[in-house]
Amino acid sequence: MNVQDIRQHFPVLSEVLPGRGALVYLDNAATSQRPKEVLDKYLWLSNKVNANIHRAVHYLAAEATAQYEGARESVREFINAGSTKEIIFTSGTTASINTVAYSFGEAFIGRGDKIIVSQAEHHSNIVPWQMLAQRKGAEIQVLPVDDNGHLRVDLLPGMLDSRTKLVAVTHISNVLGLVNPVKEIIELAHEKGVPVLVDGAQGIVHEVVDVQALDCDFYVFSGHKMYAAPFTGVLYGKQPLLEKMPPFFGGGEMIASVSFENGTTYAPLPGKFEAGTQNLAGTPTLTDAINVCKQFRDKEIVANQQKITDYVLDQLMSDDRISLYGVPRGNIAKIPLFSFSVKGAHHEDLALILDKMGIAVRSGQMCAEPIMDRFGVTGMLRASFAPYNTMEEAEYFIKSLDRAIKMLV
Amino acid sequence: MEPTKTIQETEADIIENFSMFDQWLDKYEYLIDLGKNLEAYPEDRKSEEYLIKGCQSRVWLATDFKDGRLWFKADSDAIITKGIISLLISVYNGRTPAEILGSDFSFVEKIGLRENLSPTRANGLVSMIETIRRRAAENA
Repeated sequence: MNVQDIRQHFPVLSEVLPGRGALVYLDNAATSQRPKEVLDKYLWLSNKVNANIHRAVHYLAAEATAQYEGARESVREFINAGSTKEIIFTSGTTASINTVAYSFGEAFIGRGDKIIVSQAEHHSNIVPWQMLAQRKGAEIQVLPVDDNGHLRVDLLPGMLDSRTKLVAVTHISNVLGLVNPVKEIIELAHEKGVPVLVDGAQGIVHEVVDVQALDCDFYVFSGHKMYAAPFTGVLYGKQPLLEKMPPFFGGGEMIASVSFENGTTYAPLPGKFEAGTQNLAGTPTLTDAINVCKQFRDKEIVANQQKITDYVLDQLMSDDRISLYGVPRGNIAKIPLFSFSVKGAHHEDLALILDKMGIAVRSGQMCAEPIMDRFGVTGMLRASFAPYNTMEEAEYFIKSLDRAIKMLV
Repeated sequence: MEPTKTIQETEADIIENFSMFDQWLDKYEYLIDLGKNLEAYPEDRKSEEYLIKGCQSRVWLATDFKDGRLWFKADSDAIITKGIISLLISVYNGRTPAEILGSDFSFVEKIGLRENLSPTRANGLVSMIETIRRRAAENA
Protein backbone atom coordinates (compact mmCIF):
# COMPACT_ATOMS: atom_id res chain seq x y z
CA MET A 1 0.00 0.00 0.00
CA ASN A 2 1.32 3.47 -0.79
CA VAL A 3 0.30 6.99 0.17
CA GLN A 4 -1.46 7.65 -3.14
CA ASP A 5 -3.72 4.61 -2.54
CA ILE A 6 -4.67 6.02 0.84
CA ARG A 7 -5.35 9.50 -0.47
CA GLN A 8 -8.07 8.15 -2.79
CA HIS A 9 -10.09 7.35 0.32
CA PHE A 10 -10.06 10.93 1.67
CA PRO A 11 -12.19 13.11 -0.62
CA VAL A 12 -11.11 16.45 0.87
CA LEU A 13 -7.45 15.83 0.10
CA SER A 14 -8.03 16.43 -3.60
CA GLU A 15 -9.67 19.81 -2.98
CA VAL A 16 -8.39 22.86 -4.80
CA LEU A 17 -8.88 25.90 -2.58
CA PRO A 18 -10.22 29.19 -3.97
CA GLY A 19 -7.27 31.41 -4.88
CA ARG A 20 -4.78 29.05 -3.27
CA GLY A 21 -4.31 25.92 -5.31
CA ALA A 22 -4.20 22.37 -3.99
CA LEU A 23 -4.89 21.86 -0.30
CA VAL A 24 -1.93 20.79 1.82
CA TYR A 25 -3.53 19.79 5.09
CA LEU A 26 -1.05 19.92 7.96
CA ASP A 27 -3.46 20.54 10.83
CA ASN A 28 -4.13 16.89 11.57
CA ALA A 29 -3.49 17.22 15.30
CA ALA A 30 -6.49 19.57 15.49
CA THR A 31 -8.73 17.22 13.56
CA SER A 32 -7.97 14.58 10.98
CA GLN A 33 -9.71 14.26 7.65
CA ARG A 34 -12.27 11.49 7.27
CA PRO A 35 -12.20 8.64 4.77
CA LYS A 36 -15.11 7.70 2.49
CA GLU A 37 -15.78 4.59 4.62
CA VAL A 38 -16.49 6.75 7.67
CA LEU A 39 -18.53 9.29 5.73
CA ASP A 40 -20.54 6.50 4.06
CA LYS A 41 -21.24 4.79 7.38
CA TYR A 42 -22.41 8.09 8.87
CA LEU A 43 -24.73 8.77 5.93
CA TRP A 44 -26.02 5.19 5.81
CA LEU A 45 -26.89 5.29 9.50
CA SER A 46 -28.56 8.68 9.07
CA ASN A 47 -30.45 7.81 5.89
CA LYS A 48 -31.34 4.16 6.38
CA VAL A 49 -30.92 3.07 9.97
CA ASN A 50 -31.90 6.01 12.10
CA ALA A 51 -33.45 4.81 15.35
CA ASN A 52 -32.71 5.22 19.02
CA ILE A 53 -30.62 2.42 20.43
CA HIS A 54 -31.07 -0.22 23.14
CA ARG A 55 -34.74 0.17 24.09
CA ALA A 56 -37.03 -0.33 21.13
CA VAL A 57 -37.68 -3.80 19.65
CA HIS A 58 -38.20 -2.78 16.02
CA TYR A 59 -35.90 -3.60 13.12
CA LEU A 60 -34.16 -0.24 12.81
CA ALA A 61 -33.50 -0.01 16.55
CA ALA A 62 -31.94 -3.47 16.50
CA GLU A 63 -29.66 -2.59 13.57
CA ALA A 64 -28.68 0.78 15.10
CA THR A 65 -27.93 -0.93 18.41
CA ALA A 66 -25.84 -3.60 16.68
CA GLN A 67 -23.80 -0.90 14.94
CA TYR A 68 -23.32 1.05 18.16
CA GLU A 69 -22.36 -1.96 20.26
CA GLY A 70 -20.23 -3.25 17.41
CA ALA A 71 -18.16 -0.10 17.73
CA ARG A 72 -17.71 -0.81 21.43
CA GLU A 73 -16.23 -4.21 20.62
CA SER A 74 -14.03 -2.65 17.90
CA VAL A 75 -12.64 -0.16 20.41
CA ARG A 76 -12.17 -2.84 23.07
CA GLU A 77 -10.20 -4.96 20.67
CA PHE A 78 -8.23 -1.95 19.33
CA ILE A 79 -6.91 -0.90 22.74
CA ASN A 80 -6.97 -4.46 24.15
CA ALA A 81 -9.29 -3.70 27.04
CA GLY A 82 -10.42 -6.68 29.11
CA SER A 83 -14.12 -6.05 28.69
CA THR A 84 -16.59 -3.87 26.79
CA LYS A 85 -17.86 -2.77 30.21
CA GLU A 86 -14.70 -0.70 30.37
CA ILE A 87 -15.43 1.18 27.15
CA ILE A 88 -17.60 4.25 27.73
CA PHE A 89 -18.63 6.30 24.71
CA THR A 90 -18.42 10.08 25.12
CA SER A 91 -18.40 13.10 22.84
CA GLY A 92 -14.60 13.29 22.91
CA THR A 93 -11.48 13.53 25.03
CA THR A 94 -12.72 16.63 26.85
CA ALA A 95 -15.98 14.96 27.83
CA SER A 96 -14.10 11.82 28.93
CA ILE A 97 -11.77 13.80 31.20
CA ASN A 98 -14.62 15.83 32.63
CA THR A 99 -16.49 12.61 33.38
CA VAL A 100 -13.52 11.22 35.29
CA ALA A 101 -12.85 14.54 37.02
CA TYR A 102 -16.43 14.60 38.28
CA SER A 103 -17.10 10.94 38.99
CA PHE A 104 -13.66 9.90 40.24
CA GLY A 105 -13.53 13.19 42.13
CA GLU A 106 -16.84 12.50 43.88
CA ALA A 107 -15.70 9.03 44.89
CA PHE A 108 -12.09 9.60 45.82
CA ILE A 109 -11.03 13.26 46.20
CA GLY A 110 -11.31 15.24 49.41
CA ARG A 111 -9.92 18.37 51.04
CA GLY A 112 -6.12 18.53 50.96
CA ASP A 113 -5.77 15.76 48.36
CA LYS A 114 -3.45 16.26 45.40
CA ILE A 115 -3.72 15.71 41.66
CA ILE A 116 -0.58 15.76 39.54
CA VAL A 117 -0.75 17.05 35.97
CA SER A 118 2.11 17.84 33.62
CA GLN A 119 3.10 21.26 32.36
CA ALA A 120 2.57 20.09 28.78
CA GLU A 121 -1.14 19.30 29.07
CA HIS A 122 -3.91 20.50 26.81
CA HIS A 123 -6.36 22.78 28.64
CA SER A 124 -8.81 19.86 28.56
CA ASN A 125 -6.49 17.93 30.88
CA ILE A 126 -5.96 20.93 33.17
CA VAL A 127 -9.20 22.82 33.63
CA PRO A 128 -11.43 19.86 34.70
CA TRP A 129 -8.88 19.09 37.46
CA GLN A 130 -8.75 22.73 38.51
CA MET A 131 -12.55 22.76 38.71
CA LEU A 132 -12.45 19.55 40.77
CA ALA A 133 -9.74 20.97 43.04
CA GLN A 134 -11.80 24.08 43.62
CA ARG A 135 -14.90 22.05 44.38
CA LYS A 136 -13.16 19.75 46.83
CA GLY A 137 -10.44 21.96 48.30
CA ALA A 138 -7.81 19.80 46.64
CA GLU A 139 -4.51 20.90 45.15
CA ILE A 140 -2.97 20.67 41.65
CA GLN A 141 0.73 19.86 41.39
CA VAL A 142 2.58 20.41 38.13
CA LEU A 143 5.16 18.00 36.75
CA PRO A 144 7.48 20.27 34.73
CA VAL A 145 9.18 19.72 31.37
CA ASP A 146 12.82 20.45 30.58
CA ASP A 147 14.12 22.86 27.92
CA ASN A 148 13.67 20.24 25.20
CA GLY A 149 10.08 19.58 26.22
CA HIS A 150 10.74 16.28 28.00
CA LEU A 151 8.72 15.50 31.12
CA ARG A 152 10.84 15.60 34.27
CA VAL A 153 9.81 12.08 35.23
CA ASP A 154 12.78 12.04 37.63
CA LEU A 155 10.84 14.51 39.83
CA LEU A 156 7.70 12.39 39.97
CA PRO A 157 8.67 9.99 42.81
CA GLY A 158 9.35 13.00 45.07
CA MET A 159 5.96 14.50 44.25
CA LEU A 160 3.93 11.36 44.96
CA ASP A 161 2.80 10.97 48.55
CA SER A 162 -0.12 9.74 50.60
CA ARG A 163 -2.24 12.75 49.60
CA THR A 164 -1.74 12.17 45.86
CA LYS A 165 -4.97 10.72 44.46
CA LEU A 166 -4.39 10.82 40.69
CA VAL A 167 -1.80 11.53 38.00
CA ALA A 168 -3.20 12.94 34.73
CA VAL A 169 -0.70 12.99 31.91
CA THR A 170 -0.74 13.13 28.15
CA HIS A 171 0.56 10.24 26.08
CA ILE A 172 1.75 12.70 23.40
CA SER A 173 1.50 16.46 23.89
CA ASN A 174 -0.42 18.27 21.15
CA VAL A 175 2.32 20.92 21.22
CA LEU A 176 5.54 18.97 21.70
CA GLY A 177 4.76 15.77 19.81
CA LEU A 178 7.01 13.67 22.04
CA VAL A 179 5.90 10.19 23.06
CA ASN A 180 5.98 10.44 26.84
CA PRO A 181 7.20 7.46 28.89
CA VAL A 182 3.71 6.80 30.21
CA LYS A 183 4.49 3.19 31.14
CA GLU A 184 7.25 4.38 33.45
CA ILE A 185 5.00 7.10 34.90
CA ILE A 186 2.25 4.54 35.54
CA GLU A 187 4.71 2.18 37.26
CA LEU A 188 6.01 4.97 39.50
CA ALA A 189 2.49 6.09 40.41
CA HIS A 190 1.27 2.56 41.05
CA GLU A 191 4.19 1.93 43.41
CA LYS A 192 2.51 4.54 45.62
CA GLY A 193 -0.98 3.21 44.86
CA VAL A 194 -1.91 6.23 42.74
CA PRO A 195 -4.07 5.70 39.64
CA VAL A 196 -3.14 7.33 36.32
CA LEU A 197 -5.27 8.88 33.59
CA VAL A 198 -3.62 9.04 30.17
CA ASP A 199 -4.83 11.65 27.70
CA GLY A 200 -4.58 9.71 24.47
CA ALA A 201 -6.01 12.33 22.09
CA GLN A 202 -2.79 12.28 20.04
CA GLY A 203 -1.45 8.97 21.37
CA ILE A 204 -4.25 6.80 19.95
CA VAL A 205 -3.47 8.12 16.47
CA HIS A 206 0.25 7.47 16.48
CA GLU A 207 0.93 4.63 18.93
CA VAL A 208 -0.22 1.06 19.31
CA VAL A 209 -2.13 1.31 22.58
CA ASP A 210 -2.59 -1.72 24.82
CA VAL A 211 -4.29 -0.55 27.99
CA GLN A 212 -3.60 -3.83 29.79
CA ALA A 213 0.11 -3.76 28.97
CA LEU A 214 0.28 -0.08 29.95
CA ASP A 215 -1.77 -0.85 33.05
CA CYS A 216 -3.24 2.68 32.92
CA ASP A 217 -6.35 3.26 35.00
CA PHE A 218 -8.00 5.55 32.45
CA TYR A 219 -7.20 6.11 28.78
CA VAL A 220 -9.22 8.76 26.94
CA PHE A 221 -9.39 9.85 23.32
CA SER A 222 -11.48 11.49 20.60
CA GLY A 223 -12.82 9.97 17.41
CA HIS A 224 -12.35 13.05 15.23
CA LYS A 225 -8.56 13.00 15.43
CA MET A 226 -8.46 9.33 14.39
CA TYR A 227 -10.58 9.66 11.22
CA ALA A 228 -13.99 9.00 12.85
CA ALA A 229 -16.99 11.31 12.95
CA PRO A 230 -16.69 14.39 15.15
CA PHE A 231 -18.31 14.39 18.59
CA THR A 232 -17.31 10.81 19.23
CA GLY A 233 -14.91 9.68 21.91
CA VAL A 234 -13.91 7.03 24.39
CA LEU A 235 -13.33 6.78 28.08
CA TYR A 236 -11.56 3.56 28.97
CA GLY A 237 -11.48 2.89 32.69
CA LYS A 238 -10.62 -0.14 34.77
CA GLN A 239 -13.83 -1.84 35.75
CA PRO A 240 -13.29 -1.86 39.56
CA LEU A 241 -12.71 1.91 39.48
CA LEU A 242 -15.66 2.62 37.20
CA GLU A 243 -17.88 0.50 39.48
CA LYS A 244 -17.00 2.69 42.45
CA MET A 245 -17.56 5.96 40.61
CA PRO A 246 -21.01 7.61 40.64
CA PRO A 247 -22.53 8.61 37.28
CA PHE A 248 -21.80 12.08 35.87
CA PHE A 249 -24.99 12.84 33.91
CA GLY A 250 -28.36 11.50 34.95
CA GLY A 251 -31.23 10.46 32.71
CA GLY A 252 -31.98 8.26 29.72
CA GLU A 253 -30.17 4.95 29.47
CA MET A 254 -28.12 5.24 32.63
CA ILE A 255 -30.76 3.95 35.04
CA ALA A 256 -31.80 0.54 36.32
CA SER A 257 -34.94 1.76 38.05
CA VAL A 258 -36.40 5.17 38.84
CA SER A 259 -38.74 5.76 41.72
CA PHE A 260 -39.80 8.73 43.82
CA GLU A 261 -40.41 6.45 46.79
CA ASN A 262 -37.61 3.91 46.67
CA GLY A 263 -34.86 5.99 45.07
CA THR A 264 -33.18 5.49 41.73
CA THR A 265 -30.67 2.79 40.89
CA TYR A 266 -28.20 2.91 38.05
CA ALA A 267 -27.59 0.71 35.04
CA PRO A 268 -24.56 -1.58 35.05
CA LEU A 269 -21.43 -0.54 33.11
CA PRO A 270 -21.03 0.90 30.58
CA GLY A 271 -24.61 2.25 30.48
CA LYS A 272 -24.18 4.02 33.82
CA PHE A 273 -22.01 6.63 32.12
CA GLU A 274 -24.00 6.98 28.90
CA ALA A 275 -26.95 9.19 29.79
CA GLY A 276 -29.23 10.64 27.14
CA THR A 277 -29.42 9.85 23.45
CA GLN A 278 -26.01 8.91 22.15
CA ASN A 279 -24.23 9.89 18.93
CA LEU A 280 -26.20 7.34 16.91
CA ALA A 281 -24.65 7.97 13.51
CA GLY A 282 -21.24 9.08 14.74
CA THR A 283 -20.08 6.52 17.29
CA PRO A 284 -20.43 3.48 14.96
CA THR A 285 -17.93 5.15 12.56
CA LEU A 286 -15.26 4.34 15.14
CA THR A 287 -15.31 0.80 13.73
CA ASP A 288 -14.43 2.05 10.25
CA ALA A 289 -11.92 4.57 11.61
CA ILE A 290 -10.17 1.83 13.54
CA ASN A 291 -9.89 -0.22 10.33
CA VAL A 292 -8.22 2.80 8.72
CA CYS A 293 -5.85 3.19 11.67
CA LYS A 294 -4.86 -0.46 11.27
CA GLN A 295 -4.30 -0.04 7.53
CA PHE A 296 -2.01 2.89 8.33
CA ARG A 297 0.24 0.47 10.21
CA ASP A 298 1.30 -0.89 6.82
CA LYS A 299 5.09 -1.06 6.53
CA GLU A 300 5.36 1.22 3.51
CA ILE A 301 3.08 3.84 5.07
CA VAL A 302 4.97 3.81 8.36
CA ALA A 303 8.28 4.13 6.49
CA ASN A 304 6.95 7.14 4.59
CA GLN A 305 5.83 8.78 7.84
CA GLN A 306 9.25 8.23 9.36
CA LYS A 307 10.94 9.70 6.28
CA ILE A 308 8.76 12.81 6.56
CA THR A 309 9.42 13.10 10.31
CA ASP A 310 13.19 12.84 9.81
CA TYR A 311 13.18 15.28 6.91
CA VAL A 312 11.05 18.01 8.56
CA LEU A 313 12.87 17.61 11.87
CA ASP A 314 16.23 17.97 10.15
CA GLN A 315 15.11 21.01 8.12
CA LEU A 316 13.64 22.84 11.12
CA MET A 317 16.50 21.99 13.49
CA SER A 318 19.17 23.11 11.06
CA ASP A 319 17.52 26.49 10.42
CA ASP A 320 18.92 29.23 12.69
CA ARG A 321 15.78 31.34 12.30
CA ILE A 322 13.63 28.61 13.85
CA SER A 323 13.19 27.43 17.45
CA LEU A 324 11.61 23.98 17.62
CA TYR A 325 9.79 22.92 20.80
CA GLY A 326 9.89 19.24 21.63
CA VAL A 327 13.23 17.81 20.52
CA PRO A 328 13.44 13.99 20.51
CA ARG A 329 16.24 12.37 22.48
CA GLY A 330 17.29 8.85 23.33
CA ASN A 331 14.29 6.54 23.50
CA ILE A 332 11.79 9.44 23.45
CA ALA A 333 10.41 9.47 19.90
CA LYS A 334 8.69 12.32 18.10
CA ILE A 335 5.58 12.01 16.00
CA PRO A 336 5.33 14.09 12.79
CA LEU A 337 4.07 17.10 14.75
CA PHE A 338 6.23 20.19 14.80
CA SER A 339 5.60 23.32 16.87
CA PHE A 340 8.05 26.14 16.47
CA SER A 341 8.56 29.87 16.41
CA VAL A 342 10.51 32.02 13.97
CA LYS A 343 12.76 34.83 15.09
CA GLY A 344 11.23 38.17 14.07
CA ALA A 345 8.10 36.68 12.48
CA HIS A 346 4.78 36.31 14.27
CA HIS A 347 3.07 32.92 14.13
CA GLU A 348 -0.19 34.46 12.92
CA ASP A 349 1.55 36.23 10.03
CA LEU A 350 3.26 33.01 9.02
CA ALA A 351 0.00 31.04 9.19
CA LEU A 352 -1.82 33.65 7.09
CA ILE A 353 0.84 33.59 4.39
CA LEU A 354 1.07 29.78 4.39
CA ASP A 355 -2.71 29.68 4.02
CA LYS A 356 -2.36 31.74 0.87
CA MET A 357 -0.07 29.00 -0.44
CA GLY A 358 -2.74 26.38 0.29
CA ILE A 359 -1.10 25.10 3.47
CA ALA A 360 -3.30 24.59 6.53
CA VAL A 361 -1.28 24.85 9.74
CA ARG A 362 -2.24 25.81 13.26
CA SER A 363 -1.03 28.96 14.99
CA GLY A 364 -1.56 30.36 18.46
CA GLN A 365 -1.58 28.84 21.92
CA MET A 366 -3.01 25.49 20.80
CA CYS A 367 -5.13 25.25 23.96
CA ALA A 368 -1.98 24.87 26.02
CA GLU A 369 -1.18 28.23 27.56
CA PRO A 370 1.03 26.86 30.37
CA ILE A 371 3.49 25.30 27.91
CA MET A 372 3.53 28.57 25.91
CA ASP A 373 4.46 30.36 29.15
CA ARG A 374 7.08 27.69 29.86
CA PHE A 375 8.87 28.59 26.64
CA GLY A 376 8.15 32.33 26.98
CA VAL A 377 6.10 32.70 23.81
CA THR A 378 2.59 34.02 23.11
CA GLY A 379 2.00 31.31 20.54
CA MET A 380 3.62 28.92 18.10
CA LEU A 381 3.16 27.63 14.60
CA ARG A 382 2.35 23.93 14.30
CA ALA A 383 2.52 21.60 11.32
CA SER A 384 1.11 18.14 12.06
CA PHE A 385 1.21 15.37 9.48
CA ALA A 386 -0.98 12.30 8.96
CA PRO A 387 -0.20 9.07 7.09
CA TYR A 388 -1.95 10.51 4.01
CA ASN A 389 0.52 13.39 3.73
CA THR A 390 3.22 12.96 1.11
CA MET A 391 6.93 13.73 1.05
CA GLU A 392 6.17 16.25 -1.71
CA GLU A 393 3.83 18.08 0.66
CA ALA A 394 6.53 18.12 3.34
CA GLU A 395 9.03 19.60 0.87
CA TYR A 396 6.49 22.15 -0.32
CA PHE A 397 5.82 23.12 3.30
CA ILE A 398 9.52 23.68 4.02
CA LYS A 399 9.96 25.71 0.82
CA SER A 400 6.82 27.78 1.50
CA LEU A 401 7.85 28.41 5.10
CA ASP A 402 11.17 29.79 3.89
CA ARG A 403 9.36 32.04 1.44
CA ALA A 404 6.96 33.28 4.14
CA ILE A 405 9.81 34.02 6.54
CA LYS A 406 11.62 35.99 3.84
CA MET A 407 8.50 38.08 3.26
CA LEU A 408 8.23 38.95 6.93
CA VAL A 409 11.77 39.28 8.19
CA MET B 1 -4.99 66.94 11.35
CA GLU B 2 -8.67 66.64 10.58
CA PRO B 3 -9.38 64.39 7.63
CA THR B 4 -10.41 66.13 4.40
CA LYS B 5 -12.29 63.18 2.96
CA THR B 6 -15.30 61.38 4.39
CA ILE B 7 -15.04 57.85 5.78
CA GLN B 8 -16.79 56.51 2.67
CA GLU B 9 -14.36 58.36 0.35
CA THR B 10 -11.32 57.11 2.26
CA GLU B 11 -12.68 53.56 2.20
CA ALA B 12 -13.34 53.83 -1.53
CA ASP B 13 -9.71 54.91 -2.06
CA ILE B 14 -8.44 51.89 -0.14
CA ILE B 15 -10.73 49.51 -2.02
CA GLU B 16 -9.49 50.96 -5.30
CA ASN B 17 -5.86 50.63 -4.22
CA PHE B 18 -6.41 46.99 -3.36
CA SER B 19 -8.28 46.25 -6.57
CA MET B 20 -4.99 46.78 -8.42
CA PHE B 21 -3.46 43.70 -6.78
CA ASP B 22 -4.42 40.55 -8.57
CA GLN B 23 -1.99 38.41 -6.59
CA TRP B 24 -2.33 37.75 -2.88
CA LEU B 25 1.43 38.06 -2.66
CA ASP B 26 1.38 41.71 -3.75
CA LYS B 27 -1.48 42.46 -1.39
CA TYR B 28 0.31 40.95 1.55
CA GLU B 29 3.62 42.61 0.69
CA TYR B 30 1.76 45.93 0.62
CA LEU B 31 0.17 45.18 4.02
CA ILE B 32 3.52 44.14 5.49
CA ASP B 33 4.95 47.43 4.18
CA LEU B 34 2.12 49.41 5.75
CA GLY B 35 2.69 47.54 8.99
CA LYS B 36 6.39 48.30 9.03
CA ASN B 37 5.68 52.01 8.42
CA LEU B 38 2.91 52.39 10.99
CA GLU B 39 3.45 55.45 13.19
CA ALA B 40 5.31 54.45 16.33
CA TYR B 41 3.11 53.62 19.29
CA PRO B 42 3.92 55.41 22.57
CA GLU B 43 5.97 53.04 24.75
CA ASP B 44 4.38 54.29 27.99
CA ARG B 45 0.97 53.14 26.77
CA LYS B 46 2.15 49.64 25.86
CA SER B 47 0.63 48.24 29.05
CA GLU B 48 -2.07 45.78 30.07
CA GLU B 49 -4.56 48.63 30.20
CA TYR B 50 -4.31 49.20 26.45
CA LEU B 51 -3.82 45.58 25.45
CA ILE B 52 -6.47 43.73 23.52
CA LYS B 53 -5.54 40.15 24.17
CA GLY B 54 -6.08 37.45 21.59
CA CYS B 55 -4.91 33.89 21.24
CA GLN B 56 -3.15 34.91 18.04
CA SER B 57 -2.01 38.50 17.67
CA ARG B 58 -2.02 41.03 20.47
CA VAL B 59 -3.17 44.57 19.75
CA TRP B 60 -2.56 47.71 21.80
CA LEU B 61 -5.01 50.54 21.22
CA ALA B 62 -4.86 54.02 22.80
CA THR B 63 -7.70 56.44 22.19
CA ASP B 64 -7.76 60.21 22.75
CA PHE B 65 -10.90 62.31 22.52
CA LYS B 66 -10.12 65.92 21.58
CA ASP B 67 -12.38 68.68 20.23
CA GLY B 68 -15.19 66.23 19.54
CA ARG B 69 -13.01 63.86 17.56
CA LEU B 70 -11.41 60.49 18.28
CA TRP B 71 -7.70 59.90 17.70
CA PHE B 72 -6.20 56.45 17.68
CA LYS B 73 -2.76 55.04 18.13
CA ALA B 74 -2.31 51.28 17.84
CA ASP B 75 0.29 48.56 17.62
CA SER B 76 0.46 44.78 17.26
CA ASP B 77 3.05 42.06 17.55
CA ALA B 78 1.91 40.68 14.17
CA ILE B 79 2.94 42.65 11.12
CA ILE B 80 -0.05 41.88 8.86
CA THR B 81 -2.34 42.91 11.70
CA LYS B 82 -0.29 46.13 11.94
CA GLY B 83 -0.86 46.71 8.24
CA ILE B 84 -4.61 46.40 8.70
CA ILE B 85 -4.40 48.63 11.78
CA SER B 86 -2.71 51.22 9.59
CA LEU B 87 -5.68 51.06 7.19
CA LEU B 88 -8.19 51.31 10.04
CA ILE B 89 -6.40 54.32 11.50
CA SER B 90 -6.30 56.06 8.12
CA VAL B 91 -10.07 55.62 7.87
CA TYR B 92 -11.13 56.38 11.46
CA ASN B 93 -8.57 58.81 12.84
CA GLY B 94 -9.93 62.27 13.59
CA ARG B 95 -13.56 61.29 13.07
CA THR B 96 -16.48 62.26 15.24
CA PRO B 97 -18.16 59.48 17.23
CA ALA B 98 -21.24 59.82 15.01
CA GLU B 99 -19.19 59.30 11.85
CA ILE B 100 -17.58 56.17 13.29
CA LEU B 101 -20.84 54.71 14.54
CA GLY B 102 -22.39 55.41 11.14
CA SER B 103 -19.84 53.28 9.27
CA ASP B 104 -19.95 49.52 8.96
CA PHE B 105 -16.23 48.57 8.82
CA SER B 106 -17.01 46.42 5.81
CA PHE B 107 -14.11 47.71 3.74
CA VAL B 108 -11.78 45.18 5.40
CA GLU B 109 -13.91 42.44 3.90
CA LYS B 110 -14.21 44.26 0.58
CA ILE B 111 -10.45 44.27 0.13
CA GLY B 112 -10.42 40.51 0.61
CA LEU B 113 -9.12 40.31 4.16
CA ARG B 114 -12.11 38.53 5.62
CA GLU B 115 -10.00 35.70 7.01
CA ASN B 116 -8.13 38.25 9.09
CA LEU B 117 -11.38 39.07 10.82
CA SER B 118 -12.65 35.64 11.78
CA PRO B 119 -14.99 36.24 14.69
CA THR B 120 -13.07 34.19 17.22
CA ARG B 121 -11.35 35.03 20.43
CA ALA B 122 -8.17 34.36 18.51
CA ASN B 123 -8.21 37.67 16.80
CA GLY B 124 -7.06 40.97 18.26
CA LEU B 125 -8.21 42.83 15.18
CA VAL B 126 -11.87 41.96 15.69
CA SER B 127 -11.60 43.17 19.26
CA MET B 128 -9.89 46.32 18.01
CA ILE B 129 -12.83 47.19 15.78
CA GLU B 130 -15.22 46.49 18.65
CA THR B 131 -13.13 48.76 20.88
CA ILE B 132 -13.10 51.59 18.32
CA ARG B 133 -16.90 51.39 18.13
CA ARG B 134 -17.19 51.27 21.91
CA ARG B 135 -14.93 54.32 22.33
CA ALA B 136 -17.07 56.13 19.79
CA ALA B 137 -20.26 55.17 21.62
CA GLU B 138 -18.80 56.27 24.96
CA ASN B 139 -18.02 59.69 23.53
CA ALA B 140 -21.12 60.12 21.42
